[in-house]
Amino acid sequence: MTQTIQRPDSGVATVRRPNRVRLLWLIAVLGLLAVLAVTSLVVGSRDVSFDDLLAGLRGSMDNLSQAAVVKRIPRTILAVIVGAALGLSGAVMQGVTRNPLADPSILGVNMGASLAVVTGIAWFGLSTATGYLWAAIAGAAVTAVFVYTIGSLGRGGATPLKLALAGAATSAALVSFITAVALPRGDISANIRSWQIGGVGGASFDSIQPMLPFFVVGCAISLMSARGLNSLALGDDLAASLGERVAVARAFAAVGAVLLCGAATAVAGPIGFVGLVVPHFCRLLVGVDQRWLLPFSALTGACLLVFADVIGRIIARPAELDVGILTALIGAPFFIAIVRRQKVRAL
Amino acid sequence: MTAGTVFVKPSSTLDLVVRGRAQRASRRRLVMGILAASIVVVFAVSLMVGQTLYSPADVMGVLLGRDVSGATFTIGRLRLPRAVLAVVAGLSFGLAGVTFQTMLRNALASPDIIGISAGASAAASFAIVTLSLSGAAVSIFAIVAGLGVALAIYALSYKGGAAGTRLILVGIGIAAMLESVTNYILSRAGQWELQEALRWLTGSLNGTTWPQVLTALIALVVFGPMLLSRAGLLGAMQLGDDTAGALGVRVERTRIIVIFSAVGLIAFATAAAGPIAFVAFLSGPIASRLIGPNGSVLLPASLVGALLVLVADFCGQYAFGTRFPVGVVTGVLGAPYLIYLIVRTNRAGGSL
Repeated sequence: MTQTIQRPDSGVATVRRPNRVRLLWLIAVLGLLAVLAVTSLVVGSRDVSFDDLLAGLRGSMDNLSQAAVVKRIPRTILAVIVGAALGLSGAVMQGVTRNPLADPSILGVNMGASLAVVTGIAWFGLSTATGYLWAAIAGAAVTAVFVYTIGSLGRGGATPLKLALAGAATSAALVSFITAVALPRGDISANIRSWQIGGVGGASFDSIQPMLPFFVVGCAISLMSARGLNSLALGDDLAASLGERVAVARAFAAVGAVLLCGAATAVAGPIGFVGLVVPHFCRLLVGVDQRWLLPFSALTGACLLVFADVIGRIIARPAELDVGILTALIGAPFFIAIVRRQKVRAL
Repeated sequence: MTAGTVFVKPSSTLDLVVRGRAQRASRRRLVMGILAASIVVVFAVSLMVGQTLYSPADVMGVLLGRDVSGATFTIGRLRLPRAVLAVVAGLSFGLAGVTFQTMLRNALASPDIIGISAGASAAASFAIVTLSLSGAAVSIFAIVAGLGVALAIYALSYKGGAAGTRLILVGIGIAAMLESVTNYILSRAGQWELQEALRWLTGSLNGTTWPQVLTALIALVVFGPMLLSRAGLLGAMQLGDDTAGALGVRVERTRIIVIFSAVGLIAFATAAAGPIAFVAFLSGPIASRLIGPNGSVLLPASLVGALLVLVADFCGQYAFGTRFPVGVVTGVLGAPYLIYLIVRTNRAGGSL
């Protein structure tokens, strides 16, 4: 009964990877991230020459190109941080729920954070970045607990179908609450809309800074929970018999995931599907060992978000396409592919 | 059901069965009668009450085509089309929603959650914002997109037969994608178009005109009987595809006809009134709670839908300080019930 969920990539060949292969992939992913970060600094409505890039990185703002580079530094950093947070939080959520479809946006956790922030703006005059952060994290935590609880009621525990439906239904409910809160307040609706669409475009060092402590703590908790998640993957009974305190391990990991996802949502608005796509992709590269999977998910998540940001700047020139829209367009077909690959029985 | 009466004379078993049936049928008739009566009452009230109050005689006069000063415009042009559209859209949403829930055997699998409304919404916002269309053209976009999305969901979840669970999950994925498309379109919208699109997206009966009402009504007249006549087949399909096939239901064919009709209803009603949140979703479970296990739930659900939209629109207009569009009212009222329903469905493992 506890083994109703089968990881899509748990074929014998992919479970174990030699550490040499993993190290090679690690170097490759780090290299890719560096290339993408430089691209993100160079590409935009104004392309920048190499000399101007170097000058801009040193802080010089002598001409427009160098000023553009200086302007793009914080948004690149924010894309890296938010991508890493979302990728890592998705990987942890998939581990905690042992569910291949878990993701902050599918479980409605993003929307919970949104409702908390919107309510804060509308009713409690919330306007500081730190205020947004606490509200978003509280909203994310409440929603995560709620969705997981109602999704795991009844026969078979938290099956992917029940969790996904509970998440989708809760999101739908939260969206109508958001509309009801925001609609009568014409004066702040522009404020709320710009936050909801969010993205990484308007980043500055001032907006990144309050998020950093949450990001660091969330990362630390998530990475420390890797061993516990490895035990949980064996099933609750086996994990308990191996000496793992199942409930504690699960709660500890979930705290990390919620911190990361809430902080990312508070700064960049709801961005979907990064947490879904990235861990699946990483499992192909490094196998299912969480001690490797979690850091890889963080790095790959950062790559994906920087990539989406760059693409958004290229295809909609001179305007920009919000990253959240692009990640959903990339992620939803991926979601459908996972659903199609799963055995119906497992769903 | 008859287990306790095995040792009794056969004739009395028959009596029990017959009496039970009669009781259930009479309860069904009673509930449906009450629903229909409430619809008529709320309909009448929403014609009479408003900024100015009109007497029943005035309302009757306008309905019969007499010229009543003032009332002819207020009732005939403003309140009547609005109330009629509320009823028509409610009937359509209720009927189509419960059809999906019955067919997929899951109360949460209503068109608003599995992506059909999202498809219609994305197409409509594209038509309003990017192409600057209005009126009937927007409706056509919404209808075509609704059908197309339903087709895509069906095709993507088809893999040696379309399993209900896969259909739901694929629908959730498609919905997420289409919502991001809608967001993208809205983020590029000008102020005026944004207002127009947002009004449409929340689901609103403001400024209803007769042509809108007429298209939705025609769709209801065409597709409604098609669905109602297949209520029995749907009931058989609730037993599972294999059992239904063994009972002589042509499962795939029935499913395609039913999906087509239900999507048609949803798309036309959405085109006229916007995706009024949760009506398609709530009507079925409420109706099945009201009538109990007594025959098909299609018609009662449809009546519940009409009542919901009428009441919510009336409340949205006059009950609060601000005038809320009907979609916001149904959304906020529906959310707690939705959550209760998830809890209940998951715990019991039941279908409706």
